[in-house]
Amino acid sequence: MCLAIPAKVTALEAGDMAVVAFEGVKKRISVALVDDIDVGDYVLVHVGYALHRVSEEDAMRTLALMGEAGILTEELQEMKEGAA
Amino acid sequence: MKYVDEFRARDLAEKLARQIAHEARPDQDYHFMEFCGGHTHAIFRYGVQDLMPDNVEFVHGPGCPVCVLPVRRLDDAVELAEKFGVILCTYGDMMRVPGTKQRSLIRAKADGADVRMIYSTQDALKIARENPDREVVFFAIGFETTTPPTAVAILQAEAEGLKNFSVFCNHVLTPAAIAHLLDSDDFAPDGPARIDGFLGPSHVSTVIGSKPYEGAAEKYDKPVVIAGFEPLDVMQSVLMLIRQVNEGRHEVENEYTRVVTREGNKKAQALVDKVLEVRDDFEWRGLGTVAFSALKIRDAYAFFDAEKRFDVSEKRSRETKSCECPAILRGVKKPTECKLFGTVCTPDNPMGSCMVSSEGACAAYWTYGRFRDGNKTGAKRPEAAE
Ligand code: SF4
Repeated sequence: MCLAIPAKVTALEAGDMAVVAFEGVKKRISVALVDDIDVGDYVLVHVGYALHRVSEEDAMRTLALMGEAGILTEELQEMKEGAA
Repeated sequence: MKYVDEFRARDLAEKLARQIAHEARPDQDYHFMEFCGGHTHAIFRYGVQDLMPDNVEFVHGPGCPVCVLPVRRLDDAVELAEKFGVILCTYGDMMRVPGTKQRSLIRAKADGADVRMIYSTQDALKIARENPDREVVFFAIGFETTTPPTAVAILQAEAEGLKNFSVFCNHVLTPAAIAHLLDSDDFAPDGPARIDGFLGPSHVSTVIGSKPYEGAAEKYDKPVVIAGFEPLDVMQSVLMLIRQVNEGRHEVENEYTRVVTREGNKKAQALVDKVLEVRDDFEWRGLGTVAFSALKIRDAYAFFDAEKRFDVSEKRSRETKSCECPAILRGVKKPTECKLFGTVCTPDNPMGSCMVSSEGACAAYWTYGRFRDGNKTGAKRPEAAE
């Protein structure tokens, strides 16, 4: 549960919320912890909150590695199961 | 494997491995503690230990929030769900951790308690909005990365006037635990682990920055390198630690400069500070009572504090007999030294917290096959993947 996954912000919503896309999976997250987020930015997402902005290059690298190691599938599963 | 083709990761890993072997002095042993369970997991998953020379060893640390929560606090959560009839919201990893007499949240749920797995504190708020006539308690655990979302949820509940939402706060602090691990007198009978330096947690440090480790590095003469979670990050950080040891330095260095700064995320820190304050002490599984090592809800937000709202009973909580989690969390024993490992205790039937979370050392040993021969051949190596 300690991992943070990079995701791309696809829409901003009221109340410090945003929609991000992880490998085709859309998820509503909070951006209350990071200032000045824009659509198109990449952020590190941890338990449904953006923690930090990251570069696209870094995001892609991390995603490729996590995908290869199977970590991404596990994290996305956790996200779906926990969607209450 | 795309990653390797594009970024020549394997070449880089091998180059780094050669450099590490070259710079590690043959007449010296290096014991580096990876504090964070995320690193433990990465080290096993990618077989990083196999790429190290024999005199460079990883010591697994207590940085797995599920693992270090003492049994009593878990028993309290079970009681909240069973006796007080609340809707108890928890992160998934916590569900299967056995409490006293192997009672876990998942068993409580099977017996009818309303325990719900959530992914985000936003889910807990949603459940509270949808069930105005029920008490909803969020079972908050985690290190500094996971703390700001708890603070935001409390502020949001206040702003919305949510009367049925509260938080059972168990957030713990990394720098206090690192300092405690180095304080030698506390750990009879096994003594403290031998540690020559630390791989510092990366995501925790995106929030708190690298500055909070400077005290421990200075006081105990131990180098700290903040390391990313990717295998190359871990290897690069080991090299940085070896150099510090060889040169007699003990500084806080930051390998993960892509994201971590000295000051951290000020906005997140301010939100946490508004809602939470440091406890005088807190019990950790394995480490015992650690001064100033955890957070509680400030009096101004006492309304949202489940510890104040519900009168949980004093109880006699007990660890599973023979479970070596406490010694493993201090870095003085390995999972294979536990009698129950792999026989009675497996991920399907965990007897202790270190076998539950994928960040726990026992689960990592089991999953990546290192138990088969105790050293080099069982783990999956990066080059094995296609
Ligand atoms: S193998 Fe199981 S019982 Fe033994 S220390 Fe690990 S979690 Fe505890």
